[in-house]
Amino acid sequence: MTEPLLSLRNITKRFGGLVAVNNVSCDIHRGEVVGLLGDNGAGKSTLVKCISGVYHADEGEMFFEGRHAHFAQPIDARHHGVETIYQDLALANNLDVGANIFLGREVKKRYFGGLIKTLDDQQMLRESRRTLESLRIHFPTLTEPIENLSGGQRQAVAIARAVYWDAKLMIMDEPTNNLGVPEQQKVLELIRRLREHGVPVILITHTLPDAFAVTDRIIVMHRGRKVAEKATAETNTEELVQYMVGARDDKGVLNPQREIPLPQ
Amino acid sequence: MVDRGSRIVLPAGVKPAEIWTPAQRLALLASRIWAWLFLALMVLFFVVTVPLVSGGAVHFLTIRNSQNILVAIVPVLLLALGQTFVIIGAGIDLSVGWVMSLASVLSALALRWAFDGGMPLFPSVLVGLIAGVGGAAVVGFINGVIIAKLKVPAFIVTLGTSFIVRGVAYMMSENTTVIGLPAGIRAYGNDALLYYIWGEGGGFYFLERPDVSGDLLRRMDTILPYPVIVTACVVAFAAFLLRKTQFGRHTYAIGGGMQAALRTGIPVDRHIIKLYTLSASTAGMAGFLSTLRFTAGSAVIGDPLLLSSIAAVIIGGVSLFGGAGTVMGTVIGALIIAVLTTGLVMLNVEAFFQFIVVGTVVIVAVLIDQSRDLIAGRHRRGEET
Repeated sequence: MTEPLLSLRNITKRFGGLVAVNNVSCDIHRGEVVGLLGDNGAGKSTLVKCISGVYHADEGEMFFEGRHAHFAQPIDARHHGVETIYQDLALANNLDVGANIFLGREVKKRYFGGLIKTLDDQQMLRESRRTLESLRIHFPTLTEPIENLSGGQRQAVAIARAVYWDAKLMIMDEPTNNLGVPEQQKVLELIRRLREHGVPVILITHTLPDAFAVTDRIIVMHRGRKVAEKATAETNTEELVQYMVGARDDKGVLNPQREIPLPQ
Repeated sequence: MVDRGSRIVLPAGVKPAEIWTPAQRLALLASRIWAWLFLALMVLFFVVTVPLVSGGAVHFLTIRNSQNILVAIVPVLLLALGQTFVIIGAGIDLSVGWVMSLASVLSALALRWAFDGGMPLFPSVLVGLIAGVGGAAVVGFINGVIIAKLKVPAFIVTLGTSFIVRGVAYMMSENTTVIGLPAGIRAYGNDALLYYIWGEGGGFYFLERPDVSGDLLRRMDTILPYPVIVTACVVAFAAFLLRKTQFGRHTYAIGGGMQAALRTGIPVDRHIIKLYTLSASTAGMAGFLSTLRFTAGSAVIGDPLLLSSIAAVIIGGVSLFGGAGTVMGTVIGALIIAVLTTGLVMLNVEAFFQFIVVGTVVIVAVLIDQSRDLIAGRHRRGEET
């Protein structure tokens, strides 16, 4: 197999006495969607925050595009093409789609040798339209504040922003939370589009149907440790749930005391 | 499931504009331009009532009266302009009133010091400008640093600095008005671009105050005094800054969603410091202009204007939640207050009633802004998760 885009080696993160992430290693390859599953408090979010520069791992190493990587701050990760879409989407609801896609990285026109710089709204609108079209996303209007958009549409804006800025790796934290069922389907569809664009996605979720719908591979975490890594096609809900609740240990052995009967 | 290749037309959370009812659209339009309408109706009201009350002796819409309103508006508007940026950025600056006072004292002291030290008049005035605006900017910078870096709420920080600045202003002015300024600065603060003397022996005078007295002086109108022109330039600059530059865009972004601004890499702390420095600077400008206008520095000139300036900002449609508002809105807000006050004075309405009317307008303005959101089916920002 080709060199992985992102490679984690023995990542450990502690908060005082609590080991939030315990010796986790994994590889992410180009063009795959990897589901990161686990119960609440399993360490999923902490792990991706170590990747995106919010936290710094206490132990272990990270390789991005084959090079040793250390992101001191989230902005460093973004400069390297690691885009994280959090549940709050990091959108300014009072600004329009174009302004949001270019938020913090506005395109400017220069006058008098750069002495006066103004926003180039036309250019930003054109680029936004092109990106949205490449993802086959259609909005009735791009010049209204996005507070009028639905949750799924806002998710689409956040994804389009990451795509426009050449995301090499996309991390999505529970993107289908708080969405209606039709909207969930559309967000999953967008994740498939990202894969078509060759952008790998780490999808944090605890919704198993979502994971089965879009992922190629699933990593399960339990109490900070990686307990399973399976090709999506070679596993099933029952097995994953057993890993998630700790009824199966990391060698795949069923622990009878911990087994929880599943409804048939 | 969505079939692949189809366009994703995500269901809208809100009805798009095309399916609003005509009544809704009319209401939306009315709520958007209500401030203009209100201003126009008010002017119309005074145009009709002022001659009625005075028996035809006084008229509202005269050159002299319009210029009086413009002159009166200058300090309030300058305070309100800086405040507009701060409030759009979801902050508040309660210190601008006393900062204006401090700037008035500082510019008077510096100007007098420079002139007495043998400097010609114009450079002395520049020294006064630098001292006034610079001193104010330092206060704003300190406000910004405490708010952005030490995370103390803006309300508390600016309340605290307003007391401190008040003390400093009294101290520097030695508890009295700073006088002994060169008489020549009167011209800077009061002269105008254009003069017009009505009737016999009159005419236009451009850039030069005609040396007349008695009857001719009474018939003379002063058109566009320099402080008004300076303020107009500040207005134009502020509008440009807010609408056309990255600075303005980031101000809206920070007011609309602090987390989003942080996550997208906007230097939020630095921006907040700039906002408060800007706010104090426009207050400093107001203080400097008042020193020129009255040929004296006063430590009590600014404070009464603070609440009027915030009222102007709010009437102009700036959301106290942050993230919404325009410079033109603030200008109209300031105009509404000035026209209202002037008109009521000309109707011989008692002063206390002016306050009651202005207060009512502030509350009604906010109600109208909220009804716009209701009509459009939007959520108030405060109600979102």
